[in-house]
Amino acid sequence: MDLQTFLQQFVNALSLGSLYALIAIGYTMVYGILRLINFAHGDVFMIGGYLAFYGVSTFLMPWWLAVCLAIVVTTVFGVGLERVAYRPLRDSPRISIMISAIGASFLIENLAIVLFDARPKAFPVSNLFAGNHVIGGVHIAAVSLIIPVVTAVLLAVLLWIVHRTKTGMAMRAVSTDIDAARLMAIDVNRIVSITFAIGSALAAIGGILWALKYPRLEPLMGIMPGLKCFIAAVVGGIGSIAGAVLGGLLLGLIELMTIAVLPELTGYKDAFAFVLLIMVLLVKPTGLLGKNQGEKV
Amino acid sequence: MNKIVSCLTVAAAMAVGLSMVSCSKPATDSDVIKIGVFEPLTGANGAGGADEYDGIKLANKLFPEILGKKVQLVAVDNKSDKVEAANAATVLAQKEKVNAVIGSWGSSLSMSGGPIFAEAKIPAVAVSATNPAVTKGNEYYFRVCFLDPFQGVVGATYAFNTLKAKKVAIIREVSNDYSVGLAKFFADEFVKLTGDQGAIVATSDYNTGDQDFSAQLTNIKKFEPDAIFAPGNYTESALIIKQARALGINAQFIGGDTWDMAAFLEVGGPAVEGAVFSTFFANDVPINKTSESFLKSFRDEYKKEPSAVSALGYDAYLVILDAIKRANSAEPQKIRDALTQTKDFEGSAGAITINAERNADKAAVFKTVKDGKFAFLTTVKPQ
Amino acid sequence: MNTLQKKPMSRDAMLTLGAAVIGLVLLFVFDSTFDRFTMQIFKLCAINIILALSLNLINGFTGLFSLGHAGFMAVGAYTCALLAMTPDQKATNFVLQPIAPWLLDLHLPFLPALLVSGLIAGFIGWFLGVVALRLRDDYLAIATLGFSEIIRVVLTNTQSITNGSLGLKGIPRYTTMWWAWGSAVVITLFLVLLIKSSYGRAFKSIRDNEIAAESMGVDVFGMKVLSFTISSFLAGIAGGLLAHYLTTIDPKQFIFLKTFDILLIVVLGGVGSITGSIVAAIVVTISMEALRFLDGPLNLGFMVTNGVPGLRMVFFSALLMVVVIFRQQGLMGTSEFSWDSLSRIGLLPKRGPKSGKGGE
Repeated sequence: MDLQTFLQQFVNALSLGSLYALIAIGYTMVYGILRLINFAHGDVFMIGGYLAFYGVSTFLMPWWLAVCLAIVVTTVFGVGLERVAYRPLRDSPRISIMISAIGASFLIENLAIVLFDARPKAFPVSNLFAGNHVIGGVHIAAVSLIIPVVTAVLLAVLLWIVHRTKTGMAMRAVSTDIDAARLMAIDVNRIVSITFAIGSALAAIGGILWALKYPRLEPLMGIMPGLKCFIAAVVGGIGSIAGAVLGGLLLGLIELMTIAVLPELTGYKDAFAFVLLIMVLLVKPTGLLGKNQGEKV
Repeated sequence: MNKIVSCLTVAAAMAVGLSMVSCSKPATDSDVIKIGVFEPLTGANGAGGADEYDGIKLANKLFPEILGKKVQLVAVDNKSDKVEAANAATVLAQKEKVNAVIGSWGSSLSMSGGPIFAEAKIPAVAVSATNPAVTKGNEYYFRVCFLDPFQGVVGATYAFNTLKAKKVAIIREVSNDYSVGLAKFFADEFVKLTGDQGAIVATSDYNTGDQDFSAQLTNIKKFEPDAIFAPGNYTESALIIKQARALGINAQFIGGDTWDMAAFLEVGGPAVEGAVFSTFFANDVPINKTSESFLKSFRDEYKKEPSAVSALGYDAYLVILDAIKRANSAEPQKIRDALTQTKDFEGSAGAITINAERNADKAAVFKTVKDGKFAFLTTVKPQ
Repeated sequence: MNTLQKKPMSRDAMLTLGAAVIGLVLLFVFDSTFDRFTMQIFKLCAINIILALSLNLINGFTGLFSLGHAGFMAVGAYTCALLAMTPDQKATNFVLQPIAPWLLDLHLPFLPALLVSGLIAGFIGWFLGVVALRLRDDYLAIATLGFSEIIRVVLTNTQSITNGSLGLKGIPRYTTMWWAWGSAVVITLFLVLLIKSSYGRAFKSIRDNEIAAESMGVDVFGMKVLSFTISSFLAGIAGGLLAHYLTTIDPKQFIFLKTFDILLIVVLGGVGSITGSIVAAIVVTISMEALRFLDGPLNLGFMVTNGVPGLRMVFFSALLMVVVIFRQQGLMGTSEFSWDSLSRIGLLPKRGPKSGKGGE
């Protein structure tokens, strides 16, 4: 592989990886607090994309307004989802909550098929993001420059919230021990709702950026990115925000660079993430940046 | 032991009770001819199935009667899933007792229903299932479209003769039988035409639903191919072309009939400008009277442009009606026998002659994308 | 058995014998009277019973949340189809790339092929179990889900063995009603005996409290692996039956969403109840067909809606949510059918006061 091809592949991988990272943060927030794989996270992500689409193409809103509204509505949706599907089961066995999460994801997907139609829709890409830059023979899409910036900004904001605000402190408390937090007069329900709000807003932003980069919407579009970003979160150490970013970047690199080096494996690309997951779980189940939390008896 | 047996008995009794409920509809009304529509209306192939159904519905609206009997469409959704397809086919064959079947979009779904229609001795007419295996060895399956080997050959010929390509790269949708088959037929023919074993410079794969193709495309870029053959689902293909252009790949893209969808243009935008593909039907150049009337009624009815498979769906319905007329009977076996005799039937997508393998000998149409629209290029007749 | 209990037992035994005879007679009657469609659904019920039971063994009885069933089904389906097809049938399938020569001439009758497919799925399950069962809960769920996706990707890409995305068609239709229901009965019997044995008690002790089980001397890891292996074996058998029921298979149909369909059955029936899984498998399989009208135009009396394809699945997923939130135990919870339960609800005459043995 010559240097230019290598650089091109590296840029491709970074641009995909930073998108993974962005969505993985949402996963890791929710998981860190509730120990719950929010299987429906990928579907919330899909909703965000569709809402922005309808805002722009059906209601003819200006671009920025459609995006803001989509984020707000998706956030409300995510909080509502937690209320309906997860809160009643908070004290139930883990298996029930997981089934509920799968059921919620299943329901949202099927509803989306009925409401949005199974046919793929083209996402209207604003000219702002449609450009293309060539730097030293390496082609970079304009969106691919924006995504890492957005990811970095959001990462900074989240780290600030979690480590510098009172709400963040409460979040960390709930994440460490939900019962003790309750005893400390922390309104656990409120904290969980806030966490879901942040997670869903991140999913919506991720969904919209995803649709800008890959302008195709379909009801099942969230499944694979959802799974892969969960894997990214696990690889980075679930519950750790910086770990999620690291995991996302790493997953992007592994997926694309493996193909770059071994082109004959292209057909197996979808399996890489899962192989990585199984390997990480076996070698270091807490992930790269995860803290070891002893199993509660 | 007691419990086990007893609980199984109860279970079996329940199964029967419920089965009875679920199939209580009595046999057919002899004043009505039922044509089953066996299409994926949801799932991965939902869009294609819906387009075919549009054409079939239009044909039924315009020609609702034959032999003085009303023709009723019975649509079942096979959900783009093989198990569902087998069940849906059984519903049509056994419960609804249809006289003939149209469908399905997607060769593998057709193959799932094929043996069921054959055992029930009900003729089925595939609309756009191009895989040879659909009709092979199944005396009751017909089709009104051409086959993949033919499409692969004309694609390669077009690339070699018209586009003057010497080096071609292929991107296959490895989880899609259509794409894998077409890629192979294209590659064999192209190697034969150029006489160069290395004429296919690279073959790369992706999976249905993938969204990022940058790694595959970057690999292909270094071979500097003259053209890239990318048979596959229309949305993935549109994304591939878009990403290829973004990576500075200027090679000519060639595809197959699956690209002939409005969503291909919408997703691809300006990037798919100039892409060339083979398909069944061109809606900007009516080739005969039927296509003229089809285009007019379709635009009136749906206020949109028909896709090629809508035209084929329309044709499949008319071919069946024609067979019923010639057989002067709606008995499935007689329809089947009449279908085998179909010769030079003027369909909206060209004349249809059913050959001994129950396939249609039909010409392929080449189209390109010009100013955000599909534009007719040329017609290639079978040899 | 003390003498006091002997009399009621014989009542149950007679009821059971009677039920078994009636069941057998019914199967004969169905076999000759059902039309193809009803028969097709009836057979699918049996296959879904096996799938639900095997998933329930691991999820319900051992308390391990596994989502890898679609993968094991795929392994079973492919193994069984490739073994039971004749070399000629195989050769006509592999049109793009010839089949691996060693596989071409490998041919077995249906029963051995079915058993081998179970064994291979079981072996893969054993391997995955040894590797992944150190993980807990959600990690295990996602790892097994990932594994089933890996299997699907491998099946898609190994064209000279599986024919890749083209799948296999023309698989002989060996799955008759007798095969389907025969297997379902044998597997149900086997599972009931297994659950009642010391192994079954060990499984349940792991589900209820792993640490307590370990301190009582249960080989927790070994038992988990055993349960996982048996479950995979049964999923493989069901896959084999499915292949010969459908007569055509391809990798796409074994996407992990397939596992969710089975999970739906298990949850509706009751996680940890054999009776529940059987009943739910039948109800879900039949209502999937019976509710087909939901996808078509609906006549609501005052208006006729356009067909809304997909409404049927909305119904099922909503049902799943409702059950999980409002009736977590599903239809049966962890209880099982017994003649006594019929007495209790008044369908059978009550026995003496000594009879309160009940289900477990």
